[in-house]
Amino acid sequence: MQPTHNDEHPHVPGPSIWPAGFAVGVVVLLVGLIVSWYVVGLGALIALAFGFLWVRDLTTGSSLTEAPAVAPEGGRSESATGAAIPADRGEAAAVPGDRYPRSKFLELSTLGLGGVIGGLVSAPAIGFMVAPAFLKQGVKDHDIGPITDYPEGKFVVATYMSDANQGEVSRRTAFVRNNGQLNGQPSFTIISNHCAHLGCPVQPNGPLDTPNGKQYHDVSLIPTISIAGFGCPCHGGQYDTEGNRTSGPPVRALDRYSFSIRNGNLFVGKPYSVSHVDGAGSGAKIHKWTLAFPGEHVNGIESWLYPIQPPH
Amino acid sequence: MATRTKPTRGQQLQEAINYPLDWVEERSGLVGGIKYFLFRKVPGDVNWFQTLGSATFTAFLVQALTGVILAMYYKPDPKDAYSSIQHITNDIFAGWLVRGMHRWGASVFIILMFMHMGRVFLFGAYKFPRELNWIIGVLLLAMGLGEGFTGYLLPWDQTSYWATVVGININGTAPFLGPFLAQFLQGGTYINADTLSRFYAIHMLMIPGAIAALIGLHMYLVIRLGVTSPPWSKEAAGTGPLEQPSQNGTARSGLTRPGTRKDGR
Ligand code: HEM
Ligand code: FES
Repeated sequence: MQPTHNDEHPHVPGPSIWPAGFAVGVVVLLVGLIVSWYVVGLGALIALAFGFLWVRDLTTGSSLTEAPAVAPEGGRSESATGAAIPADRGEAAAVPGDRYPRSKFLELSTLGLGGVIGGLVSAPAIGFMVAPAFLKQGVKDHDIGPITDYPEGKFVVATYMSDANQGEVSRRTAFVRNNGQLNGQPSFTIISNHCAHLGCPVQPNGPLDTPNGKQYHDVSLIPTISIAGFGCPCHGGQYDTEGNRTSGPPVRALDRYSFSIRNGNLFVGKPYSVSHVDGAGSGAKIHKWTLAFPGEHVNGIESWLYPIQPPH
Repeated sequence: MATRTKPTRGQQLQEAINYPLDWVEERSGLVGGIKYFLFRKVPGDVNWFQTLGSATFTAFLVQALTGVILAMYYKPDPKDAYSSIQHITNDIFAGWLVRGMHRWGASVFIILMFMHMGRVFLFGAYKFPRELNWIIGVLLLAMGLGEGFTGYLLPWDQTSYWATVVGININGTAPFLGPFLAQFLQGGTYINADTLSRFYAIHMLMIPGAIAALIGLHMYLVIRLGVTSPPWSKEAAGTGPLEQPSQNGTARSGLTRPGTRKDGR
């Protein structure tokens, strides 16, 4: 049995040198982190060995010091060293409380070993379940065709397969508008179709010019004739042509993509979130934020609810 | 030498039935255990509403059975999921029936869970000493709703896809950890090739296992504590031996635990 707590004679472990050995082990381990992995192993071994001895010491009473003055636990009067046990009765006959009993040791080591084995098995399994959702995220820039396919001032619905390995599940849709030139550089507006309410696919409010659609590799391009903004089929969220929310439940403007132009082709880049846009076209001032899930505020007091975003 | 009377047919039959049962009982005590469960004492005035729990359990068994069979034909892959569901519904013998049982049974299961919870609440059956069973019930409810959420994606049609997008993003709006929860659920920043099989594994392995284990605990407590009488019962609740305020004063008397009433009853 565990020592019964006897208030008059609290159990105080005697002095011991094991902690010193343990400390040396930890130091060797830390030095090893800089020097070499072998030294780490050596340090770990030293620390483990001394740690074990230390713990054993604490639980049995010190063997280094003769400590007859320490109160006999459980109200017994024999000395704690166990000398009083007749040889023929052996360990099994040890009086509870006199020594650290074997059954307790076995109980704890079963629990401990079980815990270690359980941990060793479940840690990688749980890691395998959780980690891939957060590692290697982020999208590669995607070629969505020559800029000449994007008439100035008109939205084009561009649908492309963002990851060929994944196939059709990775299809994304963006509304691309050529804004003409800004300071001698081409300017594009690329609006994501993920509704800022809860992620449904936003649609252009106006007729599409489907017969004049084009196919470029995995990209399908369908020009709009003239649209008054975007609307969401799920809960009726409405946006203007800059993606600003005009009515309905969305909490911010539509997300956008950065873009680049290489050899005359337009590339969709990283998505980012937008709280709102002032102005329009090439001269618009876009209030940019890191990508957030739909339904999350990116500015204002409500955004305090989402202080950290997972790696997107 | 005494003449042995020839056993009658009835006796022979009974013996033939009893022999294997006795064999099992002698080696496991299982028969006695089941008898104890079936013939345990319940209050004389229990009510039909108290069968709602068993009804929920039956609905769960139906889901488990039909689900296991659907799993023999369903293919959890973005390319094949939709067509395998079409195949089950239109081509496979009785596929429409088993799929229909699973689909409608899902709603029945959830509705029954709520009705059972309502009866427990209205009967005050969540009070001492049954608080823990209420808590286990709440976990079962959460798991049951999780089954509904993960199962809805599996047909992989437009409704199920976009409903899941919305559902995941609702999870994403939970404060602080919401974005992480959403990303964990869909296995990445966007729904991807692994999302469907992830939902499938959660739907058919993780949650049902947890539900089965929790139902085991739930039933253990129901048997250990007995069921409550209805609130209008003459044998007033709160007077059974288990429901007396504890003598050693370790348990706190309060809202959920009947103490002695003012009028001394
Ligand atoms: C998978 C879902 C569930 C199953 C299979 C189930 C099954 C059962 C069964 C068979 C009983 C026996 C008495 C009766 O039928 O009323 C019972 C009692 C009970 N259930 Fe559930 N249950 C489920 C969900 C819940 C939920 C959601 C709650 C509440 C949050 C709950 C709380 C309780 C409590 C407190 C009792 C004890 C009632 C008493 O002793 O009178 N259970 N359950
Ligand atoms: S998802 Fe667009 S309005 Fe709700």
